[in-house]
Amino acid sequence: MEIRNDLPQFYFVEVFFSCFQSLLLSSNRSACSAINTRLQPRPFCKSEEKRMNIKVKVLSRNPDDYLRETKHDIHRLPRNYDPTLHPFEANREYTRALNATKLDRIFAKPFLGALDGHSDSVQCMSKHPKSLSTLLSGSCDGQVKVWNLATRKCVRTLNAHRGFVRGITVDRNCEYILTVGNDQTIKQWGMEPAASRELEEPVNTIIGKTVFTSIDHHWKDPVYATCGQQVDLWDTSRADPVRSFTWGTDSIQSVKFNPVETNILASCTQDRHIVLYDTREVTPLRKLTLAMRTNTVAWNPMEAFIFTAANEDYQLYTFDMRRLDEAICVHRDHVSAVIDVDYSPTGKEFVTGSFDKSIRIFPTTESRSRYILCGSDEMNIRIWKASASEKLGKLDKREESTVEYSNKLREKFAHHPQVRRIARHRHVPRSIYHETKIIKEQLTSRKRKETNRRKNNKPESIPVVPIKKKAIVVKWNELLTGEMWLLLVLHGIYIQSWEQDRFNKGLLVEVNPEMHTSY
Amino acid sequence: MAASITMHDQKQSQRKVLKKKSVRYFQESSEKEESTSIQKSEEHGEIKKLNQVAEKNAERDDSTDDRRKRSKDPFEGPAKVSPQKMKKYSRGERMGRNLEGRTAQHRFNLKRSEQRYELAAKQAARAELLLPEDAGQVLRIPISNLKQHSFLEVGEGSDTYDVRQSEITESVDIGSAAKRFELTLNQFGPYRMDYTRNGRFLALAGKMGHLTAFDWVSKQLLFEINVMETITDVQWLHVETMMAVAQKKWLYMYDNTGTELHCIKSMSSVLRMSFLPYHFLLAAATNYGALQYLDVSMGKMVSEIKTKQGRLDVMAQNPQNAVIHLGHTDGRVTMWTPNQHEPVVKMMCHKSAVRSVAVDPKGRYMATSGIDRTIKIYDLRTYKPLQSYRVAHGANELRFSQRGLLAGASNNIVEIFKDSCTIAQDKPYMVHRLKNPISDLDFCPYEDVLGIGHSNGYSSLLVPGSGEPNFDALEVNPFMTKKQRKEAEVKSLLEKIQPELITLDPNKIGEVDRVTFQQREEDRRVLFGDLPKQTFKPRFRMKGKSKSGRKENRKQIMFEADKREEAKKSVEVKEDEKRRTVEKEEKDNQETEFVSALDRFKKDKS
Repeated sequence: MEIRNDLPQFYFVEVFFSCFQSLLLSSNRSACSAINTRLQPRPFCKSEEKRMNIKVKVLSRNPDDYLRETKHDIHRLPRNYDPTLHPFEANREYTRALNATKLDRIFAKPFLGALDGHSDSVQCMSKHPKSLSTLLSGSCDGQVKVWNLATRKCVRTLNAHRGFVRGITVDRNCEYILTVGNDQTIKQWGMEPAASRELEEPVNTIIGKTVFTSIDHHWKDPVYATCGQQVDLWDTSRADPVRSFTWGTDSIQSVKFNPVETNILASCTQDRHIVLYDTREVTPLRKLTLAMRTNTVAWNPMEAFIFTAANEDYQLYTFDMRRLDEAICVHRDHVSAVIDVDYSPTGKEFVTGSFDKSIRIFPTTESRSRYILCGSDEMNIRIWKASASEKLGKLDKREESTVEYSNKLREKFAHHPQVRRIARHRHVPRSIYHETKIIKEQLTSRKRKETNRRKNNKPESIPVVPIKKKAIVVKWNELLTGEMWLLLVLHGIYIQSWEQDRFNKGLLVEVNPEMHTSY
Repeated sequence: MAASITMHDQKQSQRKVLKKKSVRYFQESSEKEESTSIQKSEEHGEIKKLNQVAEKNAERDDSTDDRRKRSKDPFEGPAKVSPQKMKKYSRGERMGRNLEGRTAQHRFNLKRSEQRYELAAKQAARAELLLPEDAGQVLRIPISNLKQHSFLEVGEGSDTYDVRQSEITESVDIGSAAKRFELTLNQFGPYRMDYTRNGRFLALAGKMGHLTAFDWVSKQLLFEINVMETITDVQWLHVETMMAVAQKKWLYMYDNTGTELHCIKSMSSVLRMSFLPYHFLLAAATNYGALQYLDVSMGKMVSEIKTKQGRLDVMAQNPQNAVIHLGHTDGRVTMWTPNQHEPVVKMMCHKSAVRSVAVDPKGRYMATSGIDRTIKIYDLRTYKPLQSYRVAHGANELRFSQRGLLAGASNNIVEIFKDSCTIAQDKPYMVHRLKNPISDLDFCPYEDVLGIGHSNGYSSLLVPGSGEPNFDALEVNPFMTKKQRKEAEVKSLLEKIQPELITLDPNKIGEVDRVTFQQREEDRRVLFGDLPKQTFKPRFRMKGKSKSGRKENRKQIMFEADKREEAKKSVEVKEDEKRRTVEKEEKDNQETEFVSALDRFKKDKS
């Protein structure tokens, strides 16, 4: 028999005492909502019969299960996802998101390199349809250069034109290069450089009547389009245009084929129009007049109907080809006329260049194009990263998952003031900074004036025009019936006299009546 | 004989059914019913019915081909996870139809993220299967029952409080038994102690200046010095290379070789310390009532709060939200964050002084002990009392273990309670008596060990079931190498949570901030909106004073005046309300004030 003497006798004393106290305090008891438990007196002596065997399990870890066997193994990292062991989940995620945003800004080094070699400012550029590492550029002194982007070296130089090179394009089979210039010629060059070091001669030269301002190749067929006084459609095997389109009189500065609906063609003219053509039709499809001139358009390579127009009014307009009465989206950040626009191959974002000496990417989404190329009047071409802090080259699996994780966190906490402030922060040149402020001021004052006018006029006498519709002056539709013409006449809509003959041909007009007065 | 044969057949068929049951997890309900009916009928001896069943089963066996055609995969689909387990990992209820979102796309995104959260919970619950270790436990089995029962099946409800340490050490393996030891240090006690976050190292600090740190499992000494000054508390910082020691005058920091790294003179006469590992903050409570937060990563004092509560020697931290709990002599427990110079919560916990406070590792319960010799458990979500225990001498130290065991030290006895927060216990889980009064105690993280500092040194007890069996190596790793430690230190420094984020609800930052938005809207409305429509019409005046511009000016002046008046009114209304509430409170206080007969001898204040 064993006597337990390591538990003292005061338990009994305690019991007596606490009983006594409980009597005293019994009136107070009810006030306390907690369950009052008094610990029972514990026997400190056990008889033989009651003696029990004990079974004990104590944590004892075998280090072999937790340590790596050799130095060359990776460390063992047992996980336990019990939330108690991972406190402050939200706070830590927030801190990680903030750090990721900061690191993103710290490592933002977008400039990759410059392609130096032109002796005059660069006028036009073209991508190679099949080789990612090949780029073609034409300069104001009539030279065309072919670059290897991987080595960043000039592979080939062509003295193509007298005066400016206005446009370059590559045939989709990659057999020849087509260039147009101020010397009123279209020149066709072989893709492979000449064997000897002699001056290279074009394979073919077409002499036109007027200056060609732009050229673009069909995405499938051996057809290309040029523009100048009119849009000409050429077959590669012929010396004369297959078809010519005109609508209006002024000169046309840019022409682009649709990469998806390959027979559709868009051009923009000096007199503020964007005109759409179908190569299978004899006449143009549709026309759109904006408040200011459009410099160029770019088709979305993923969505057949969508194109974006770079406008002189510092803004870009994305249109759906089927609904030209309002823009899908207006992109406004530039502080000077937008000169050029190009879509990324994913169709999720596009890059723009402007007279304010800035390149912008609208809108940023997750999949990005690798490089941005910009030519300038400083005679070189610069290569930029599309996402400034991205690491180049192949990523490790671990790196990749870290990048994914931090991107997700940044997305999750994007609306927190600290994260948003850091993510948006950019050091822009002083001129852009001031210009932005001025434009903001102008916009607010315009808005103020409009609201004041609205206040002091008859209600609804000044209609509210949404920003997506504001820039559109007239939308010209194709082929309407005589009945509709009658309708328009009944509504007293005025058609300019130079459009009369076009109307007589069967093309008709849909006019935004509100804007028409200003037009 | 025939009857016996049929019985035999029946048993066979029954065995078949049972066998099927053991193979198939998700049995069809009809089959289940059959098997139960067989058992029932056997009890009552209803042979007739059994015969029918047997025939039925025989038929079934004949038509196995048909069955094979119909039979499904017994483990079809993903393994099922019990909702109970998933609840542990869930991040809140699903919003269901109440899902808010501006557009259909937003709603879709929200719905999808909800699905992802649920999937994450499911995966985590499923991964529980892979956890390598089980928690420790003690069971008593009566000798008479010993043979029949295996280890896990019995012992529920049997008392374990009289299991002695000697018995435990006898019945465990040598390695675990070595974790039970005594250190006799009778010169410089009583001792305060602290385990590192991963439970590998132990620091001991005697009141008379003895300071030592060692790997308590291998008993490998890191250093041993005497600081020649009174030590009041010791606290490891985020890694085992640094510790903070509160000495008589100032706070010192030592490294793992006993070299003095810093002497922080801005923190003097510190009595208790607590380290917030995710914020890199060392919270110190001082003799003169200040609560100080030192950022140990930058060496900068983040906040110094004058609590105006006198001597602060009772301190605990809530590990889930980093709020510091202080116990006071008036029986109150106050909770503090570094961002607010007032306590975020004040609780009247005892009618006498609070002697010790401890917070459950899940941050749900708080245990307090007072001079009134009670231990009380409070729910920290509702701030309401749950349990109240009366113990012999009261508890001068309380600690929760990782798995929720509560240890209370009263004089020289340690009592350990199991499930004391949710269920009213009438017996402790374990009791141990020492020869000397206890000055400090702490559960070792990730081990079934309770360390006790007392006036005669240090004892290490085995408390089965106290430590978390499965650690997460990316959080805290007891088997960390030096290189891993360095990497983890850098990582954790990068992820340091700013002290401004310490709030009662740690998940606040992940939620939609409706309050600020509503407040902003309200402010704007008070300032600009809801103004009376302007009724002022300027009368006609001669000499060009009624030019439209001048008229407009006069209108504007009146409009501004109206606006000002309106703002003034709203402020007045607010102040009036405030005054009224203050008056009411004063009145209430006066009513409850105890009026003594001796009050008439008081000096008139006027």
